[in-house]
Amino acid sequence: MSFLSYLINGISLGSVYAIIALGYTMVYGIARMLNFAHGDVIMVGGYAAFTCSMTLGISPVLSILAAVVVCTLLGVVIETIAYRPLLEAASPLAVLITAIGVSYFLQNAVLLIFGSNPKSFQSLISIPDLKLADGALNISGETIVTIISCIVIMVVLTLFVNKTKMGQAMLAVSEDKGAAQLSGINVNGTIALTFAIGSGLAAIAGVLLCSSYPSLSPYTGAMPGIKAFVAAVFGGIGSIPGAFLGGILLGVIEIMAKGYISTQLSDAIVFGVLIIVLLVKPSGLLGKKIQEKV
Amino acid sequence: MTRMKNRKLRSNLITYGIVIAAFIAVQALQSAGRLSSLMAGLLVPLCVYVVLAVSLNLVVGISGELSLGHAGFMCVGAFTSAFFTNLVKDTITISGLRFFLAILIGAAFAGIFGLLIGIPVLRLRGDYLAIVTLAFGEIIKNIMNLFYIGKDSAGYHMSLKDQFSMGMEPTGKMIISGPMGITGTPKDASFLAGVILILVTLYIVLHLIDSRDGRAIMAIRDNRIAAESVGLNVMKFKLMAFTVSAGLAGAAGALYAHNLATLQAKKFDYNTSILTLVFVVLGGIGNIRGSVIAAVVLTALPEMLRGLSNYRMLIYSIVLIVMMIFNWAPKVLEWRERHLGRFFRRGREEVM
Repeated sequence: MSFLSYLINGISLGSVYAIIALGYTMVYGIARMLNFAHGDVIMVGGYAAFTCSMTLGISPVLSILAAVVVCTLLGVVIETIAYRPLLEAASPLAVLITAIGVSYFLQNAVLLIFGSNPKSFQSLISIPDLKLADGALNISGETIVTIISCIVIMVVLTLFVNKTKMGQAMLAVSEDKGAAQLSGINVNGTIALTFAIGSGLAAIAGVLLCSSYPSLSPYTGAMPGIKAFVAAVFGGIGSIPGAFLGGILLGVIEIMAKGYISTQLSDAIVFGVLIIVLLVKPSGLLGKKIQEKV
Repeated sequence: MTRMKNRKLRSNLITYGIVIAAFIAVQALQSAGRLSSLMAGLLVPLCVYVVLAVSLNLVVGISGELSLGHAGFMCVGAFTSAFFTNLVKDTITISGLRFFLAILIGAAFAGIFGLLIGIPVLRLRGDYLAIVTLAFGEIIKNIMNLFYIGKDSAGYHMSLKDQFSMGMEPTGKMIISGPMGITGTPKDASFLAGVILILVTLYIVLHLIDSRDGRAIMAIRDNRIAAESVGLNVMKFKLMAFTVSAGLAGAAGALYAHNLATLQAKKFDYNTSILTLVFVVLGGIGNIRGSVIAAVVLTALPEMLRGLSNYRMLIYSIVLIVMMIFNWAPKVLEWRERHLGRFFRRGREEVM
């Protein structure tokens, strides 16, 4: 029974990683940048939902919506001000360092506004726990909602990218910016849209994460952000199904390692698995192999 | 050719000169009593970050690989050297000699780790390499958190679980106690030692860059396939840069460890690696002198902003973003060329 409950908890944590990893992977696919500030957008989403529901007393659904709106706007603003001028810079490191600057900025801005004490986040999900096998297996409402939202997001996003004009434009820009521009696609707008979607997803991930692990501090987003980044690479960065698969696997491995081996070592095990996967398959599980030309 | 050599030599001498001049200036300030205790406490960390930045620049700038695990090598150097010092602190009482040996040991172990990690990691490219180095850095930190080593009359005891499962006599003394780290390392580090380490690091790195091996490393950075096709052993040269860089980071770790009463592994997380990368990029990728200056300015900046208390990190982050856009955005560069061309000439040979 403990195996099953570990598995379910792992899938639940993995679903959160997957949602965050989707943001990473889409941004990477289109702008070829590692958005180090993505984890902090999650944290901002958590604080936005916290403020709406706890301080202002708005209903949970509206609070989540508000968090999504705040993060979407934030994502677009960050992209326009900090990243766009640097996307064509001589070194790809320039935008990476700027992303680190944005990450520091978000952490310290929240620190100034809300203080450094962790806030206890009251779950926004009011679905009763599911008890199976005479109560031996208890699945919390948060777990159910997390897993279902991840699946829904995954399906909707895949449909959006493959079936709509805007999604096709995103694919075109990630394939070849110049050619996309020549065929009349608004490249800057498409990149901004990608950031908007990624950041909106980060807000949902933030709410889900804080509902399951109810402590919110300015540094809440950092570690899940890094782990989701690992998940995106694990599944093959740039690939949407890869982010999903990588996220779920990472979550399951982490919870299993915590349950059966050692809590302290779980992070080391997660990173160890990533290293092994990348050494065997250097472009991730579902990543495309790029042939280098002379 | 000779003229170019002379120019390089002059440029290197200027770099050494800056470090020595800064050292003399600080000494003068200190003896005149004009140095605040805060700044005085910052001197050794400044040296640590300068060595870290210069060594990381060897990998990022000269070898062209993005490494995000530099703090891991620093961690190895810090722990092995502090462990060594704690073992011999009763036998070797001359602190200078002891510290010299500790730095050598820290650098050697970090170098070995660099070699072992480099062999699998350097097969990867670009961002994948970056994430794997980050993973290795975190693994090193996590594993260092697990070590419990103690000594009693029966000899040494070790455990990976906790202090009590070692079966140590109650009179025994802990040397490494897990997440609590190493305490009681003698404070052997000094500003002078730090500056000497900086000069040695600069000598090693600049010498490597100007050598035949260094040119091979840069050729591989600029075009791997072309370099391979003229017969360069890509793996060998990449490993050379990576190992030297790791060893120097280990030496920086040793300096760091001997400046602190308590050494904990959690200090060496990816944030430290990223901070070092910020120094390298802001100082100019591949520009060694730039790394020195950026490390000093950016380490001192938060302290100088201390008067602004809570706002200092916020201002620091804004300064970072603005400086990046000012230095790298193509449109800003064009504007600078047109309006401020006389003051900011770019395109010197060491800037990539």
